[in-house]
Amino acid sequence: MLSLRGISKTFGAVNALTDVDLDVEAGEVVAIVGDNGAGKSTLVKVLAGVHAADSGTIAFDGTEVQIHDPSAAIHLGIATVFQDLALCENLSVVDNLFLGRALGPWRLDQVGMEVKSWELLQQLAAKIPTVRVPVATLSGGQRQTVAIARSLLGEPRVIILDEPTAALGVAQTAEVLDLIERLRARNLGVIMISHNMENVLAVADRIVVLRLGRNNGEFDARTVSSEDLVASITGATDNVVTRRTGRLSAEADSTKDTSARREGEAK
Amino acid sequence: MSDRQPAVAVDQTDERLLQTRGVRGALGSFLRSARAGDVGPLPVIIGLLIIGTIFQSLNPIFLSSRNLVDISMDSVAVGVISLGIVCVLLVGEIDLSVGSVSGFAGAIVAVLFVRDGWNWILACLVAVGVALLIGLLYGVLLTKFGMPSFVSSLAGLLAFLGLQLAILGDQGSINLPFDSALVRFAQLDFVPAWLSYVLAALAALALFASGYDNMSRRRRANLSSSSPQALVVRSVALLIGLELVVWYLNQGRGVGWMVVFFAALVLLFHYAFTRTGWGRSVMAVGGNVEAARRSGINVRNIYFSVFALCSMMAAVGGILAASRLASANLSSGTGDVNLNAIAAAVIGGTSLFGGRGSAFSALLGVLVIESIASGLTLLNLNSSYRFVITGLVLAIAVAIDSLARKSRASHGRA
Repeated sequence: MLSLRGISKTFGAVNALTDVDLDVEAGEVVAIVGDNGAGKSTLVKVLAGVHAADSGTIAFDGTEVQIHDPSAAIHLGIATVFQDLALCENLSVVDNLFLGRALGPWRLDQVGMEVKSWELLQQLAAKIPTVRVPVATLSGGQRQTVAIARSLLGEPRVIILDEPTAALGVAQTAEVLDLIERLRARNLGVIMISHNMENVLAVADRIVVLRLGRNNGEFDARTVSSEDLVASITGATDNVVTRRTGRLSAEADSTKDTSARREGEAK
Repeated sequence: MSDRQPAVAVDQTDERLLQTRGVRGALGSFLRSARAGDVGPLPVIIGLLIIGTIFQSLNPIFLSSRNLVDISMDSVAVGVISLGIVCVLLVGEIDLSVGSVSGFAGAIVAVLFVRDGWNWILACLVAVGVALLIGLLYGVLLTKFGMPSFVSSLAGLLAFLGLQLAILGDQGSINLPFDSALVRFAQLDFVPAWLSYVLAALAALALFASGYDNMSRRRRANLSSSSPQALVVRSVALLIGLELVVWYLNQGRGVGWMVVFFAALVLLFHYAFTRTGWGRSVMAVGGNVEAARRSGINVRNIYFSVFALCSMMAAVGGILAASRLASANLSSGTGDVNLNAIAAAVIGGTSLFGGRGSAFSALLGVLVIESIASGLTLLNLNSSYRFVITGLVLAIAVAIDSLARKSRASHGRA
């Protein structure tokens, strides 16, 4: 449904993205993983219209599109939930949900907006006690829910979640993961960025690895192992992580050997 | 069957919610929010009561209807300017040049209307049009050049003061004729007594009607709504309060048309801030610019609109001030006009940091400032004391705002 080809973006002398390709289909959760500075957030911002790509093409439903600004992305049906959530803390939950698309610009339909807010939050099985309080009064998980609910309001076809579970506790993380599965069930394309391998493996269908601004492998989430992912993210088989696992397994082997020998001597 | 209501409204399903029912419930939730620091206009109203008590005990003329009529008429010019200031404060910006722009606009009207013999309406339109361009200029400087509004408007303060002096020329003062519509409007035109009572009743009726409409629509949508008793109590309280004020003013010269004009502007701005998409966008920009931008709000247009409105209100205020004095001169709009307009907005409860405030803060704040000015004049104290006391009141208002903000944060009310 959405496909990116050869996306490049430089900031000054730094190549943030070099020839990155990405595909998302409807009803699919694609996770983008990578180390700090791998270009994940830049890629999201290119898709959301916050930054324009220097080169490369973006195709939506097979036709090439340009995304110059955030409203262009929203118009195409690409909704983004940023890591900082981009909520106005002084406004109520309803006002945040309808930010930039209030019903009835000359005479706000507050009742209509509140009714729709409740419908939306109930679809997501969200636990928000009341929608007329300022967002500043909500917990981190509730804010994440509001941000995701808001992105759904424009009937998007692709939804991008930047680090949706980074600031959340165990229960809230599980809620957000449930939410992502509900989004997939609604036949949306979901792009999810996360550092948390466990979460990625739990909900993603496909995992795309970025390293230093380039594609560095694509895996099927059902078959890939955590080790392969780590190797791909860090870029080599010889690195801190593999050396550590290697050392640990070697130690395990040697203890096994000694104990076997002892058993032999005992006989 | 029409009265068959489900046991719980859609927005009351969460068991963690405190239930509020009836007048008692409304009162309880008001007290709860006041304790948490969501004080609203309460401190200003208490402040007005204190000011009234003190000055009345020092000079019994202070609360006479004659003096109150004067205070109401003197409040309008600065109050209108202050309404514009509320607009820019809501997006977290400031305009320090409103005094100069008001003086400049007064001078334009005086020159075109008196010296060049134009129609007064045309002269006013030109002045407001010039102010519109000034506001757009601030908008461009902020959005294109990233120039902080307090610097650009500080530059504007000086520049437009210079233009005011330049167009007034050598005489330095132009008198507006006493029989002109402008001066009559600002000095002599009062609402007939019967009409003032009707207008007050209409205001209370409007509150009831909008409240009732809101209530019934929420009922239909199966949302919780405030109790009808609470609405009736509020409307009747407003009716009695307004009629008493109008009755008392009618013991003197009455309610000026200029006061009605100001009240109408306040209501118009209140509607715009709270019931339109533009108002929501203004609040969003004031709360979190980046969030507003990413949600697709045209932030640049919002800045343009608030700066343009602020300068235009400054021009209207300046024209009213010149009309009230029946003269535009070199000192129009200088001195404390700027600070009074900004102080009025802040004293009335509009935050200096954006995202919080209301149109009524201009009304309440300017009443505080003009009451102090009037009281000190009655005591024959010169302006030095007025500056000191207005400064103190401003400091107290900001302190209350900051404390309330902290309290709101700790009570989770933002």
